[in-house]
Amino acid sequence: MNIDFHAILPELILSGTVLLVLVVDAFLAPRRRWLAMPLSLLGVLAALVAELTLLGATPRTAFGGHFVVDSFALTFKLLFLGIAVVVLSVSLHYFKDRGYYQGEYYFLLLTSFLGCMLMPSSRDLLMLFISLELVSAPGFLMASFRKSDVRSNEAGLKFFLIGVLSTAVMLYGMSMIYGLTGHTGLSEVAQGLAGLTGGRETLALASILFVVVGFAFKVSAFPFQFWAPDTYEGSPVPVAAFLAVASSAAGFAGLLQLMFVAFVNQHEFWVPIFAFLSIATMTIGNLVALQQKQVVRLLAYSGIAQAGYMLLPFALVTGDPANNQTAFAAALAYIVIYAVMNLGAYAVVIGVSKRHPRLLISDFAGLARTAPVLAVGMTLFMISLAGVPPTGGFWAKILIFRAALDRGGSLGVWLAVIMLVNSVVSIAYYFAVPRQMIFKDPAEVETLRTPWLVTAVVSLAIVGVLGIFLVPNPFARLADLSTLVAPVG
Amino acid sequence: MTWENSAITITTLLPLVGALVILIVPKEDDGVIRWLGVLFTGAALVLAVAIALGFDYGAGSGLQFELNTRWIDAIGARYHVGIDGISMPLYVLTFLLTFLCAIYTTRYVPSPGRTKAFIALMLLLETGMAGSFIAFDLILFFVFWELVLVPMYFLIGIWGSANREYAAIKFFLFTLFGSIFMLLGFLAMYFTSNVDGAHTFDMIQLQTFAQGGGFSHSFQLITFAAVALGLAVKVPMWPVHTWLPDAHTEAPTIGSVLLAGVMLKMGTYGFIRIAIPLLPEGAKVFAPWIGLLAAIAIVYAALACLAQKDLKRLIAFSSVGHMGFVMLGIATMTEIGFQAAIFGMVAHGVITGMLFFLVGSIYDRYHTREIAAIGGGMSQKMPQMAAIFSFVAIASLGLPGLAGFWGEVMSLLSSFNPSAALELNVGLYRAFMVAGGVGTVLTAGYFLWMLQRVNMGTLPEKWKDTSFRDILVVEWVSWVPLLVLVLALGLFPRLVFGMSDDAVRSLLHLPFFGG
Repeated sequence: MNIDFHAILPELILSGTVLLVLVVDAFLAPRRRWLAMPLSLLGVLAALVAELTLLGATPRTAFGGHFVVDSFALTFKLLFLGIAVVVLSVSLHYFKDRGYYQGEYYFLLLTSFLGCMLMPSSRDLLMLFISLELVSAPGFLMASFRKSDVRSNEAGLKFFLIGVLSTAVMLYGMSMIYGLTGHTGLSEVAQGLAGLTGGRETLALASILFVVVGFAFKVSAFPFQFWAPDTYEGSPVPVAAFLAVASSAAGFAGLLQLMFVAFVNQHEFWVPIFAFLSIATMTIGNLVALQQKQVVRLLAYSGIAQAGYMLLPFALVTGDPANNQTAFAAALAYIVIYAVMNLGAYAVVIGVSKRHPRLLISDFAGLARTAPVLAVGMTLFMISLAGVPPTGGFWAKILIFRAALDRGGSLGVWLAVIMLVNSVVSIAYYFAVPRQMIFKDPAEVETLRTPWLVTAVVSLAIVGVLGIFLVPNPFARLADLSTLVAPVG
Repeated sequence: MTWENSAITITTLLPLVGALVILIVPKEDDGVIRWLGVLFTGAALVLAVAIALGFDYGAGSGLQFELNTRWIDAIGARYHVGIDGISMPLYVLTFLLTFLCAIYTTRYVPSPGRTKAFIALMLLLETGMAGSFIAFDLILFFVFWELVLVPMYFLIGIWGSANREYAAIKFFLFTLFGSIFMLLGFLAMYFTSNVDGAHTFDMIQLQTFAQGGGFSHSFQLITFAAVALGLAVKVPMWPVHTWLPDAHTEAPTIGSVLLAGVMLKMGTYGFIRIAIPLLPEGAKVFAPWIGLLAAIAIVYAALACLAQKDLKRLIAFSSVGHMGFVMLGIATMTEIGFQAAIFGMVAHGVITGMLFFLVGSIYDRYHTREIAAIGGGMSQKMPQMAAIFSFVAIASLGLPGLAGFWGEVMSLLSSFNPSAALELNVGLYRAFMVAGGVGTVLTAGYFLWMLQRVNMGTLPEKWKDTSFRDILVVEWVSWVPLLVLVLALGLFPRLVFGMSDDAVRSLLHLPFFGG
């Protein structure tokens, strides 16, 4: 077998860094353990450079076509590496100041990111399964990292139980699909499934549902959303940021390939299911978010609602490849823009978490006085998550509406209307945070000091959110990247 | 880039630049910030006036100062801006009112201060408002339309009075709820349109397409309903007006002035510019209903005004009534009706903007807005203020010779004889006219009663020893232009009609209107 080492270079670098971090940590004096973070950061940056050299030189394949680097995979990989830089930056002080195990944390975090990196390149059911597990398994541990806190233990355990259950169901579905088609490669599976009739077809449809379950858990879609708020709340905040952004984006990267490539011929069966999933997820997320008092829980429910929006393009799939491209591109753009604004929001939360460990919404009172940069940032991120100009979130929503109406038919229109109503509801809770920060007086007038890394991340996200609003063209152009979808039909 | 095609872009974005400049100035330099606000709004006003003077009024209906260039290719949205006779009066009004607000702010920054944020938001608001009147691409229009929400939310929420947070979020949710349906309508039009084999968001192209019968009847019905809902909340039409009294009552003076003076017009402007020309058949079906809601608004608002105890809330409700006249004119779908609407918008902007200034200054003296607490006798305490207050209130009730007259009377006139397309509903429109007539009487009633309770009567004991300063210099400076306009528009209505004539006529020369 001929392996294209350039194609897998970023993953190789990351794997090397993962091992290095674990070994180096063992030889560092306790007060120098934080050095694991710059080391990890270096590794991620090196991987990022390696990834950039692949730009324009795609598509490349390795391992007999089961690992592909095309523009779709590159988009996601660059996104994940960007997220990794941010999550590492905001982790440093959080873990250093609280005296948690640092080497182990960075080891686990990078392992998870390795899974994220593999996911969009996986064109094989087994590869997808391995990637998904590689993302999840370290997540279980990281969620319970604050081990002296009962809620963190609960977070890890809950995450683990639901995760394992849904993965088992997914694996069962995958094994049946292999049994029916004799293949594990995604495009071979698509061909194999197309020819099935009668009872075998029914079995195939059931298997598709089983596989969807595994990813629905990962992206915290209804009815597998229960773990998310408890897990996010109990986890260290940088871990919550990782789970909310990277881990769920990885889930979507896998789901996009499965639904738009492997199972696209069965779309008549699963489109109604995704329509229901999307509506239920966004509605439940939004309605429950309205009652939240704690910021991380609020962000968790907001994440569930946003997952509902991102699931919407799946319900727009038809037999027409051009239409599927639009839907695919809309989902892709939403995932990328969502990552920017949501990471910004979590960075602000991390900035506040030292003074106010409980992170109630009321703890944000008067932040406009005590930490103006954080307050301006948080206001923009909340406005952006709500989808209101002048922010990038506005275009993200517009692209989905556009795709929904472009599909034609009453389903598209109804989905768009339901999403619109949901967006209005969401404003009520998104604005609750700026309201506290700007309209209320702070409990302590003393200026809130934040690590410069956190401030830098927040500033970067502010530039990102405003920049996407001003120059939306590249994001609207993601349609050109989605060559993945074109050959099917 | 020439002056011709970049003028309105520069003018519209200048306040935004100003906002960014102000963000750099340290917040301790309070005075500098206030005067920077005056400087930027003043410069923008000068440019806007230069555009108005450079506008060729004899050239007919076409767009001038037009710029149509690539923007977001992938969505199909273009940066298409321009100005015509309908946009012009509203565009200039936007810059005039904001400039006067900036002058007013050199003296009055509402509690809790924070001048820097206050002026930056005001400038951001100005760009959003002005942009809505020049955008000729639906997406661009929508971006500007939504851009005003956030600054106004904060203006009300931070600098408002006691119940400000409730009012701010109510304003935001109502407007946003309507506008997302409008967005859906825009997208529906985009995907249904077909100009040389491509979809378009361009209003001019869509108008041509619609006149060629491009949109089916049932499509127009649904889409018009969606777009009209968004616009109606902004106007606001009865029964979705309930955010307005709250927003106005709680907003700081500047917020109320800009809200009443310009923002409400974005809704009525949208009807004239987008909903009716692009979806004429939908408009035809819904016009009688719009007329009905307008007639209800006129009478309802007048009755509500009679019951108000709070001076500012009274003026806010009077806005609902005045916008009812504007909508009634639009609902007739005639040239006179549209002219009445445009005139009514400008007049209402000037008069009600002025009334809110006055109420703000009265509150500044009395520290109460309760009519009963003020207790009368203002003409003894502050003769100038009382005189100006009477003058503007009387203009607002529609006395001939002052600005408020033309919009109302022409609106009633047009509803006597609605468009040929509405032939079957002539009787109904005449009923609206009668309702509107009753409304004018009630309007006169509540304004005069208000003057009687505030200006006249004996001065209550409690105010005898308090010394009030009559109108200050800064107030004179920011008010005189409006007072002059109240008189000038009343005596020379051609100031507005002259601008909008051709544009309105061409709008109604759609085959559908029988023009």
